[in-house]
Amino acid sequence: MPSTSPTRTDDAGRPRLAAHVRLTFDPARQRHVLLAPETVTVLNGTGAAVLGLCDGTRTVAEIVACLRDRYDTVAADEVRAFLGRLVAKRCVEVGDG
Amino acid sequence: MADLDPPFGLLAELTYACPLQCAYCSNPLNLDDYRDELSTSEWQRVLTEARELGVLQLHLSGGEPLQRHDLVDIVRTAAGLGCYTNLITSALGLSPRRAEQLREAGLDHVQISVQADDASLSDRIAVTPSFERKLAAARLVKELGWPLTLNVVLHRGNLDRIARIVDLAERLAADRVELANTQYYGWALLNRDALLPSREQVERAEAVAREARERLRGRMDVVYVLPDYHERYPKPCMGGWGRRQLTVAPNGDVLPCPTAHALPLPRANVREHSLAWVWEESPLFQRFRGTGWMPDPCRGCARRDVDFGGCRCQAFLLTGDAARTDPVCHLSPDHDLVTAAVHTAGERPAAGDRLVPRPHPHREHAKR
Ligand code: SF4
Ligand code: SF4
Repeated sequence: MPSTSPTRTDDAGRPRLAAHVRLTFDPARQRHVLLAPETVTVLNGTGAAVLGLCDGTRTVAEIVACLRDRYDTVAADEVRAFLGRLVAKRCVEVGDG
Repeated sequence: MADLDPPFGLLAELTYACPLQCAYCSNPLNLDDYRDELSTSEWQRVLTEARELGVLQLHLSGGEPLQRHDLVDIVRTAAGLGCYTNLITSALGLSPRRAEQLREAGLDHVQISVQADDASLSDRIAVTPSFERKLAAARLVKELGWPLTLNVVLHRGNLDRIARIVDLAERLAADRVELANTQYYGWALLNRDALLPSREQVERAEAVAREARERLRGRMDVVYVLPDYHERYPKPCMGGWGRRQLTVAPNGDVLPCPTAHALPLPRANVREHSLAWVWEESPLFQRFRGTGWMPDPCRGCARRDVDFGGCRCQAFLLTGDAARTDPVCHLSPDHDLVTAAVHTAGERPAAGDRLVPRPHPHREHAKR
């Protein structure tokens, strides 16, 4: 069972997008956006990169490591907080490690 | 306008035909003026233009959108364009076959309205036996794996049952429940005396909604739309005039909000103009954009970028002047119009008023 508890975005959790949300690129805004019932979240580049890595198999720690290959500075606690907010909005689900 | 953002949402009112007759319906009073509905290909062009303009959320509504025989085609087009597609329905006409076709066409989310938590009251408000079919459709939506929102319009006849309405949403495993107090436009304004709740009712309901929101956090979103007649400040209608949303009516009229058809403003129609022109340049969309049009007391008010002076339609319907401060605001010089209505509601017996049901419009067949 995937846990939807907002606290499970620690390093061993394996996040993935909830089935009913969609990550897509919006040419009008030149940004990635996350679409869910009645909500649009306009993402910055890092946010889009994090969500692009949330495939349900990578752990949060592995996602942070992937990002470090691409960007100079990646704050692991910011990635966890970002995912935690999306878990609270039920846009992201976290499978156990 | 340099600082004009693209719109996020399009409310597509596909038809005003509806099998139900809710007395609070926000559709126009002159339903028969909307008989010349956009064709399938006209809607497909509108959706393409909307997506190019930046629309990401498409709300398919009405009336009852399932009355359009081309709904599956419209959904398929919108999904192909990358819109998140929401169906706002009474659920009458959502057969298993139709539901499967919509699922396959890429529909993302279904919102089903119920009028109360039990069959006899719900059917009385809808003026149509419909409650059991709505529940069956809600179960079907969950079986097919869609997120489900339950929509309930609140008024003096069902506001005291809000706890049981939330229970129903839980039993149906809804992902969201929208508890929306009636907004007084269209048929609802005509029926205002019979629909407006007392202040005591509103306070009790608000406590229940707050408790439910906390208790269900993380499981079900409880969205409670405040009854603005009972508030001190108006709502930021549509997130500001021509700022985030647009509406296309069944005949192709484009509006900043679904009730703006009542305002004495120049029309803008997709049969005559592109959606981009309407959004960016039409006199209709420019009229109340930003804060430049504001009168006192809004002009110098710290909340003018928070609530945008409230609702233009409400200002017009209550004062005859769309450019006045929303009378719901306690700072408005016309606020006594609202307090008088609320006061009268408090004096009236709890129920028993006669409601005027909205009629079934006459309708031409939609052209292809
Ligand atoms: S409010 Fe009632 S009558 Fe009006 S469109 Fe919705 S279901 Fe139909
Ligand atoms: S005066 Fe105008 S801007 Fe200020 S709170 Fe009232 S409606 Fe809003």
